[in-house]
Amino acid sequence: MTASSPCASSTCRRLAWAAAFAAVWLPPAAGDVPAQVLDAERERIDVIARAAPAAVAIFAGEAGGGSGVLIGSDGYALTNFHVVQPAGVAMKCGLSDGRVYDAVLVGLDPTGDVALVKLVGRDDFPYATLADSDLVEVGDFCFAAGNPFLLATDLRPSISTGIVSGVHRYQFPAGTILEYADCLQVDAAINPGNSGGGLFDAGGRLIGVNGRASFEKRGRVNVGVGYAISSNQIRNFLGCLRGGRLVDHATLGATVATDEDGRVVVSDILESSDAYRRGLRYDDEIVAVAGRPVRTVNAVKNVLGTLPAGWRVPLVYRRAGRRSEMLVRLEALHRPTELARLVAAGEEPDSPRPDADKRPAAAAPLPDAVRDLYEARPGFTNHHFNALERDRVAAAIARAAVGGGAAGVWELRGRLDGGGEFRILLSDTRGLVDLPTGTTEVDATQELDADRSPPGSGGMLAALLLWRRLLVDGPVRLGRTSYWGTQPRDPADLAAGGAVELVDVLETAAAAVEARFAVAADGGVIGVELWPAPDSDPCEVRLEPRPAGPPGMPGVISVRHGDTVFGTFTVDEIRFEPAAPEPAGGTS
Amino acid sequence: MRPLCPGRPPHCRRALLAAVAGVACGLPAVAATPGETIVAAARKVVKVHGAGGVRGLEGYQTGVLVSPAGHVVTVMSTVLDADEIDCVLDDGRRFRARLQGVDPRRELALLTIDGDDLPAFALEEAEPLGVGSRVFALSNLFGVAVGDERVSAQLGVVAAVVPLAARRGAYEAPFRGEVYVLDCTTNNPGSPGGAVIAGDGRLVGVLGKELRAAESGVWLNYALPAAEVWRSYRELLSGTAAPPPPADAAAAVFDPAALGVVLVPDLLDKTPPFVESTLPGSAAARAGLGPDDLLVAVNGRAVSSRAAVRQALALVPEGDAVRITVVRRGAIVDCDLGPRPAGGGR
Repeated sequence: MTASSPCASSTCRRLAWAAAFAAVWLPPAAGDVPAQVLDAERERIDVIARAAPAAVAIFAGEAGGGSGVLIGSDGYALTNFHVVQPAGVAMKCGLSDGRVYDAVLVGLDPTGDVALVKLVGRDDFPYATLADSDLVEVGDFCFAAGNPFLLATDLRPSISTGIVSGVHRYQFPAGTILEYADCLQVDAAINPGNSGGGLFDAGGRLIGVNGRASFEKRGRVNVGVGYAISSNQIRNFLGCLRGGRLVDHATLGATVATDEDGRVVVSDILESSDAYRRGLRYDDEIVAVAGRPVRTVNAVKNVLGTLPAGWRVPLVYRRAGRRSEMLVRLEALHRPTELARLVAAGEEPDSPRPDADKRPAAAAPLPDAVRDLYEARPGFTNHHFNALERDRVAAAIARAAVGGGAAGVWELRGRLDGGGEFRILLSDTRGLVDLPTGTTEVDATQELDADRSPPGSGGMLAALLLWRRLLVDGPVRLGRTSYWGTQPRDPADLAAGGAVELVDVLETAAAAVEARFAVAADGGVIGVELWPAPDSDPCEVRLEPRPAGPPGMPGVISVRHGDTVFGTFTVDEIRFEPAAPEPAGGTS
Repeated sequence: MRPLCPGRPPHCRRALLAAVAGVACGLPAVAATPGETIVAAARKVVKVHGAGGVRGLEGYQTGVLVSPAGHVVTVMSTVLDADEIDCVLDDGRRFRARLQGVDPRRELALLTIDGDDLPAFALEEAEPLGVGSRVFALSNLFGVAVGDERVSAQLGVVAAVVPLAARRGAYEAPFRGEVYVLDCTTNNPGSPGGAVIAGDGRLVGVLGKELRAAESGVWLNYALPAAEVWRSYRELLSGTAAPPPPADAAAAVFDPAALGVVLVPDLLDKTPPFVESTLPGSAAARAGLGPDDLLVAVNGRAVSSRAAVRQALALVPEGDAVRITVVRRGAIVDCDLGPRPAGGGR
């Protein structure tokens, strides 16, 4: 897991650290400072000089401001929700070059206290690279770059250095919704104004976004206890944030507690939750979540707090001594309206304001530079960026689906895993599947919400019809389609730990059903999930790419519903007919 | 996608040289990374949970394991003023602790837990640190770490080695010896009792109680040197070497009035044992006890309430010398009251 990063090795970590502090471990010397020590100091200065230009000073008018950190040459920058919340949609951002840039709000994760903004005016912004924060260890050198007390009148960031005091910390939502899960704790000075700024490692890579500190009775100044949102948590949410969404955090749909034997057990569970449908019950012991062993309630909260609602994660539990595994789809922590109200009011859900669904700043005219980069829409932070991402994915699909994009009738033939042959016909007007057990047909011109055929599949034909429509018509003509964000290509990979490949996800409401399409980086649609009704198990169709044949067409189609594998279809032959043939056989 | 350190970056090489140079300059050999040193030392630090939780008074602090048999040195505080004191080890194991004794002069306390072969610091009469020494502070600050979570680590420098009372009236504390004043905010809520270690992992000090300057309101970040902790531990240990009190001792009480000490009326469960007056001509009067003296220990045993004073006196065998320790205008004063008379029980 750590092999890909030579600097994560303990030798290199030891050396980097020694370099950072060599000068001060030495006893006071009367004579010359050794050249090696000066070199080490020089190296530290260089690293900081390279990282500092990515620091952003964010101004929110009379409401104050804070810091941010650029993560792309195109101007995308991370900051805290609580920094941009008073600023509204548009803000001014200063960089260390002394210039002030216009910026627009892109996406919000209020619970995680993360916001994504985009600076405009350049296409070559300096930026920081997100590191793997799970490789960060206690004692590592780190530094923060930001705008404490908003004192950088020349816009150059203040730097504070320190060590990592703790990893995988959990900080309760203290009086607000801002929950810091699995965060990094540092003794580098984090003061008011540092919020939203970057936390960097000894190599100048971004390991977190500073946002919180323990102050208590000593006034609102640093007491050597600051917290940063980990870069790995941010990476999980980044796709959703780029999509201009208002992103929610996740819950299992169950609460956990420590029992008298010190086990972490389910203390309550919602019967409407996916965890319940998958078989999790009261008093089951939780052993691991998303590949992380959990031995305390905090550890469970730590893992869940880093994951977006809607992801599926592996969960290991024990009942009566028997260990079992399941894939659980995480539920949203808030109701959508609740989250929107929080963002508008900056208040806790318990204290809504009468005018809470109005963003005061949005009412003000936007600066010219960002006016075309903002589109208000309920459920989104900035729908303009959702359309951008949706169109990006649509273009990738169109490029990949050269053969599959053909209109007309699609005919797929092949073998079933359990023996026997199959034939699938898909067209604008109907869908048909021939199985050894019988033939099923669906009228594709009707709404698909009532149709779960073939029986037991949960709606395989409807899912395949929507898949064909996506490839033929594109996401906009398909229905009300938006960019959802990113999710693991295979949730089971989370169990292995380490980096997980993320793929784009489109979400659509069409023909009275809801569906999600997983799209790989090459534009290949690799999965369809179709919900004929909410709070039920979707039909899950996995499309494994075909080594040869028409681009964008699957080699293997596997269909699951709930805990059951409905079938695995190996495709031998794909044909496109310009017009619908008249096959024999009717609805079974 | 994953960030890489391209090749072996030049700073690593230079750092190697710097590290080698450090060894050549007489530093302890860097056998472990700072992280490894911290992780190893943190196994010897415990999270102490006791009384508190009300506004401004935390119910938690820190302690250091100084013997594999389960001796924990921590600070004397209201956290220990509880029927149930728990120590949570680095690995999450939770032990019920007994308060073995208090050292009111250094404001330290000794707890024992029923452990075996526990990871512990070697406490010794160490050479004092010089100004400019780099240290790590490991503590349960703000109660951030729970269960098997590791205590927090901070990096600091010994900024001064001075008595707390160097500036008269600045910091009201009974300890009159020198302490390490640190350059970073190590003494947060929950930090007291935390370990201060050198770069090689040695225990060089213990974080002291939270102290705020009476005049300026400035909080002090300081640690008691390991040598003082060692002396305190030795004294506390010898106190505990006495045979344990009889099983029914908790029920036995001895009225301090028999020694001439009249305490303030018992209004609450835990009325602090302030002296109201002394009986004329009594041992207490001869020893100089007076109104507003606060009793903190009887023969080395901490007392935090009137009831505790009565119980502690009952534990002193008849005829043995009674020594009462009081706080008088911020200073610790020992008063010898002579042999304990018979009776007095009620």
